[in-house]
Amino acid sequence: MRTLTERTLAEHIAALAARAYSAEELTRAYLDAVVRKDGELGAFLTVLPERSIAAARRIDSRRAAGEKLPSLAGLPYALKDNICAKGVRMTCGSRFLENYIPPYSAHVAELLENNGAVLLGKLNMDEFGMGSSSEHSAFHPTKNPLAPDRVPGGSSGGCAAAVAAGEIPFALGSDTGGSIRQPAAFCGVVGMKPTWGAVSRYGLTAFASSLDQIGPITGDVRDNALILNAIAGRDARDATSQARKTPDYTAELEKDVRGLRLGLPKEIFGEAIDAEVRAAVRNAAKRFEKAGAEIIEISLPSIAYALAAYYIISSAEASSNLARFDGVRYGRRAEEYTDLTQLYVRSRSEGFGDEVKRRILLGTFVLSSGYYDAYYKKAQNARLVIKKDFESAFGVCDCLLTPVAPTAAFRFGEKRDPLEMYAGDVCTVPAGLAGLPALSMPCGKTGEGLPVGMQLIGRRFSEPLLYRLGVAFEREGGGTRENG
Amino acid sequence: MKTVDGYEAVIGLEVHVEPSTKTKIFCSCPTTFGAPPNTQVCPVCMGLPGALPTLNGKVVEYAVRAGLALNCGIARRSGHDRKNYFYPDLPKAYQISQYDEPLCAGGWIEIETGETKKRIGITRIHIEEDAGKLIHDEKNGTLIDCNRCGVPLIEIVSEPDLRSAEEAEAYLRALRNTLLYIGVSDCKMNEGSMRCDVNLSVRKKGETALGTRTEMKNINSFRFTSRAIAYEYERQVAALLRGERIVQQTRRFDPATGRTETMRIKEEADDYRYFPEPDLEPITLSDAYIETLRGALPELPDARERRIAEEYGLPRKDAALIAEDKAAADWYEAVAKKTEYPRAAANLLLGDLFHMNTADEFSSPIDPGCMAALCTLLGDGTVNNPTAKKLLERMYRDGIDPVAAVREERLSQIRDGETLGRLVAEAIAANPKCASDFRNGKTAAAKTIVGAVMKSTGGRADPALTARLTEEMLGKF
Repeated sequence: MRTLTERTLAEHIAALAARAYSAEELTRAYLDAVVRKDGELGAFLTVLPERSIAAARRIDSRRAAGEKLPSLAGLPYALKDNICAKGVRMTCGSRFLENYIPPYSAHVAELLENNGAVLLGKLNMDEFGMGSSSEHSAFHPTKNPLAPDRVPGGSSGGCAAAVAAGEIPFALGSDTGGSIRQPAAFCGVVGMKPTWGAVSRYGLTAFASSLDQIGPITGDVRDNALILNAIAGRDARDATSQARKTPDYTAELEKDVRGLRLGLPKEIFGEAIDAEVRAAVRNAAKRFEKAGAEIIEISLPSIAYALAAYYIISSAEASSNLARFDGVRYGRRAEEYTDLTQLYVRSRSEGFGDEVKRRILLGTFVLSSGYYDAYYKKAQNARLVIKKDFESAFGVCDCLLTPVAPTAAFRFGEKRDPLEMYAGDVCTVPAGLAGLPALSMPCGKTGEGLPVGMQLIGRRFSEPLLYRLGVAFEREGGGTRENG
Repeated sequence: MKTVDGYEAVIGLEVHVEPSTKTKIFCSCPTTFGAPPNTQVCPVCMGLPGALPTLNGKVVEYAVRAGLALNCGIARRSGHDRKNYFYPDLPKAYQISQYDEPLCAGGWIEIETGETKKRIGITRIHIEEDAGKLIHDEKNGTLIDCNRCGVPLIEIVSEPDLRSAEEAEAYLRALRNTLLYIGVSDCKMNEGSMRCDVNLSVRKKGETALGTRTEMKNINSFRFTSRAIAYEYERQVAALLRGERIVQQTRRFDPATGRTETMRIKEEADDYRYFPEPDLEPITLSDAYIETLRGALPELPDARERRIAEEYGLPRKDAALIAEDKAAADWYEAVAKKTEYPRAAANLLLGDLFHMNTADEFSSPIDPGCMAALCTLLGDGTVNNPTAKKLLERMYRDGIDPVAAVREERLSQIRDGETLGRLVAEAIAANPKCASDFRNGKTAAAKTIVGAVMKSTGGRADPALTARLTEEMLGKF
């Protein structure tokens, strides 16, 4: 018999409706798990016991009163700490915002609240989303619950670790160059980076606006689709959120995958990828084949430029987005300064960590007059070519299958050279640059028992297809702890 | 403007106007002027983490209308760009503006100085957001009021086609009149809804290359603009005559001293690291949208001048003076439609009312119906011109009804030849010297007699008839 915190969201929803347990009991179960585990794990930055229990009780009394409750009523969740929840401290993993309390909620937080979900806390991350290991959190590292000497990935490392450890049934993370997908892979859970524009970014602290996208991290694919149903859709407050009608992301989950064509981009199966990872993903491809899908090899030649383009564009946007953290109106202000320039320089020097400073410097440089054309503009051109390459690929296949990361979870301190860390994003940045949806889910294990993630990349707004493939894969045995 | 022989000023103006939208450009905060500090703000205009801009379509509409009225081409696609710089009045540390794809470009406006007409090129028109206001306080140091953060601005950049303070002022007037006509902005310089940056350089006449320019920012009246230009022109010419070099810089005009002073020297061009705003979609406009706006443009000053001249039989010059100011023209036409004597209305407006009205913008407390009644009284000869002027003054000041006043105070003019003849004879009898002067060729003597008759009738005598009778009678002596 699995404990309460090991069940899926779908199971919780059914059990709550059947009054097998109350929302308060469920919330307490997860709070207990946080109390028990998080001292060691370090996934949470803020826990909200009173607030969450009060919210759960309200759901219970509404249910007792016979009210018809919304779909996620009584389900606890947590937010990556760069998504605003009104009145709850939001640090973005940075000293700069150590004591910042947002006066408004993100669109997604509002949607979940209106849907009856119960906010349990805020989750650790690399500072402002910059990093792939959560080691760049200004507060504390988060451990990988499957291997405590290893990182959970990043930047949404807290989200993936908390879900994998059963501290929370689902979390919302954000993905710029792989920040949902890579930690999901490292921790053996499911993460979706939706199509850019599918989910409103209103209330998500911007890192790189043209790449950032909020998405769910869950224990399985079906749960992921359930949550995307709740958060996707047009929001008038985000001009880049798409006006198209939001589909029911759970509608196609039961369909089989016969006749679907999966493309394996040969460029993402090269030497840069660990042999065990390659083998696990190729093995997954075989299982799709067995289930009736067709596997073809395709080519994305421009992928070679993706990392460079990504780091130029994301850093350029970050240098502008993070300029508002100037110590004038909110956030950290240096204790001592004699003039305005010193106020800026000291507040920012004290408030930002090294990785953030490195990106701001890089981004400022590539936008500077005289360098703009050589770097920023060229990177934007590369981005267009990458988009075109994907379009041609989708001319011959329905979806791409790749690894999520070149390796499974690495050890703390293992990647000291920033460039080595950046190279780890090679599989995830292309979909980010092209604004495409990409699902990350476990597909196997390394010899050491670490989870390996596969990535399914689809056309814009093809999330239902990705979920359908994901569920089919789980049906065929999946890549979870039990079945790896 | 005093000019130094051989040197001409080359002037381009950047004018910021605040369109009359109810809400800000990227959020729904109100734009009401004069609200208590930081009461018209939200996460978006305060630049809080996570907040995103959404474009107020009205701002685009107003800017396109301005572009159409100023003969610009309208871009079917234009972009938003971030202009990055740190300053405490700029919460996001970037201003969302338009850099290389403005909404409108390549227009012109006609100005008139003295008898000369000239076309001034409009380089571009773009939309952007305003910054906040720093308040320097003895006790509390520097405070920030973010109410203006995100207030929409339409920036209109002229070609360097202006050559004098007079031309610059004429340009500003023409621009303001046009914008008022199309209802894009109230153009209140004292409330900051119209501001002007001046770029000025000087060169020897005949040269085509431009000299080094200086920029004077945020000048908030026509007169100050004119004075700043006059001063800066002289300063630059004097420097050149001394053999000095002009240093590119931003200068501030001090209305108290009438001088400009250095604010900031530009060692090299500012690097604002412009790049396309990723939080907003590009602005795309359809031909249908643009043509709808073009079709909805009201009559502009030039067309109205022609029509007023024709419809009401006014000299072109008078029509121009009336049409230039939309409020005055609206009021005039309301009067002119109600009387058979529209020329009388024009004369009283231009000769009297314009002088009573000392504010920058025309406004009249006189009801057009009352004014029309006065014009009819004057036009049909019921009252004479001096009486009409006195009545107008009382209408303006005390709001009297001219018809009732004429009736009750018996102000109608005396046009009866017999009565007037008698009064003239009496006046001549009382001033015998006048008759002899007149005979000796001093025709001005007649004026004394007319004046005496006017005095004895309390100004009610028909001046023309009185003059004729006076000359006739004096001639008989």
